[in-house]
Amino acid sequence: MREQILTFLEKNSKIDLQELAILLGSSETVIANEVAQMEKEQVICGYHTLIDWEKTSSEKVTALIEVRVTPQRGQGFDSIAERIYNYPEVQSVYLISGAYDLLVILEGRTLRDVSSFVSDKLSTLDTVLSTATHFILKKYKDYGTIFGKKTKDERMLVTP
Amino acid sequence: MRNPLSKKIETIQPSGIRKFFDIVSEMEDVISLGVGEPDFDTPWHIRDEGIYTLEKGRTFYTSNSGLKELRVAIAEYLRRRFEVSYDPLHEILVTVGGSEGIDVALRAMLDPGDEVLIPEPCYVSYVPCVILADGVPVTIELKEENQFRLTKEELLAAITDKTKILVMPFPNNPTGGVMRREDLEEIAQVCIEKDIYVLSDEIYSELTYGADHVSIASLPGMKERTLLINGFSKSYAMTGWRLGYICGPQVIVEQMTKIHQFAIMCAPTNSQYAAVEALRHGDEDVAQMRTAYDQRRRYLMHAFKEMGLSCFEPFGAFYVFPCIKEFGMSSDEFATRLLEEEHVAVVPGSAFGACGEGFVRISYAYSLENLKLAMERLSRFVGHLREWQKK
Repeated sequence: MREQILTFLEKNSKIDLQELAILLGSSETVIANEVAQMEKEQVICGYHTLIDWEKTSSEKVTALIEVRVTPQRGQGFDSIAERIYNYPEVQSVYLISGAYDLLVILEGRTLRDVSSFVSDKLSTLDTVLSTATHFILKKYKDYGTIFGKKTKDERMLVTP
Repeated sequence: MRNPLSKKIETIQPSGIRKFFDIVSEMEDVISLGVGEPDFDTPWHIRDEGIYTLEKGRTFYTSNSGLKELRVAIAEYLRRRFEVSYDPLHEILVTVGGSEGIDVALRAMLDPGDEVLIPEPCYVSYVPCVILADGVPVTIELKEENQFRLTKEELLAAITDKTKILVMPFPNNPTGGVMRREDLEEIAQVCIEKDIYVLSDEIYSELTYGADHVSIASLPGMKERTLLINGFSKSYAMTGWRLGYICGPQVIVEQMTKIHQFAIMCAPTNSQYAAVEALRHGDEDVAQMRTAYDQRRRYLMHAFKEMGLSCFEPFGAFYVFPCIKEFGMSSDEFATRLLEEEHVAVVPGSAFGACGEGFVRISYAYSLENLKLAMERLSRFVGHLREWQKK
């Protein structure tokens, strides 16, 4: 049941719980309790909205920054990750296998914002060995949703 | 000038659905619940395989029976899903959709005067195909109180000395009815005793809710008297690829292959390669689509309950078949007025046989948003009808 609820909420956090109960063949109370429990357990960590910012007038720059760091004794990568993720302009931080260690996703208003973050804050951390910054030029698909996809029904209206 | 047409073709009526389609396509702002095909796109990996095949220039005929690779994959799939095993070399014919399977089977098996039992309501092709094959269609009226299942008694009552084939259209279009194992066992027993062949159209076999589909061919003593039709249209959302298959005893498959060879040559090569990919890596897609259909099915059943519309709960395909007898009008009139007054298209039950009268077919191969909008309109329409009735 949990997995089914989560599958739905992941796609549509606005779904009405009564409706969800009908779709899953359950009762609203059961669903509501389960959701509340998952919020409490932090299985559900938030309800976000997927926005195609390109369609708005707001200017944003998103960068992916590959960061190589020296892990610290007894703490591995966790403490350095924490130092980075505490900056509010940092959207995401992932520990990555392969050629670098941390992937930092950063959102700024301008290129200058991003570059000053990298040069002033990120690179100057003692444990950071090197960074490589990639700017996102266009988002085609995010969180499983294709931006601007046409959804016209091309089927004939009545078929046997 | 001489009459250019055969007497036979002139006796065949065009599908009742066609007439309705013509009205609907003239209107704007219609929410259609009238289609008999999935709303999903073919899963991308299957389409990608089709594209790749074209890029590689695999654009030639295949053998008449279909790519061996595909027939092997079909055999493996049928064994895995429905516990029935066919020899890919001699017992499987790849066809242009399940529809071709219906046609070649009847043409290969019928002599003039042979009777074919067709439980109705059902898909619109069986009766005309029987007539075109010089057989005599004998319809059996299925009943809502039996959940539109075929019962042993109904079958026995319809059998004569001339009965050769029983068509088994389950999971059913338009009712959504399914046959459980115990129901099939009774039918199988009669078919064996009376020496009747079964043409089992299992195109909706992947779309059952609650219990898995049981193929009548998997019951003891039935494989040798069953032709099993299946295909890719409904399960993998591949209607436009036109690909299906028919499996059965070698003696029949050989003769069907002859007809197929002369009439069709082979099924589309591109689709055949894509179908191999579907069978090998498509289970997860099928499961996801099935889950989505099931949720919509529950939503519609709930909506009917709210508006007090009587409907037996179907467990297969993607149709519900609510009863509209309380409004004292024909299903044709109901569907026409629903279309005119609320711009919602459903298909009159009478299009699927006389005993479909008093019902309408509603397809849930639509997004939930669409269904919600349609149910609001249907509920308003039903409310109006009841008010008028009171006056």
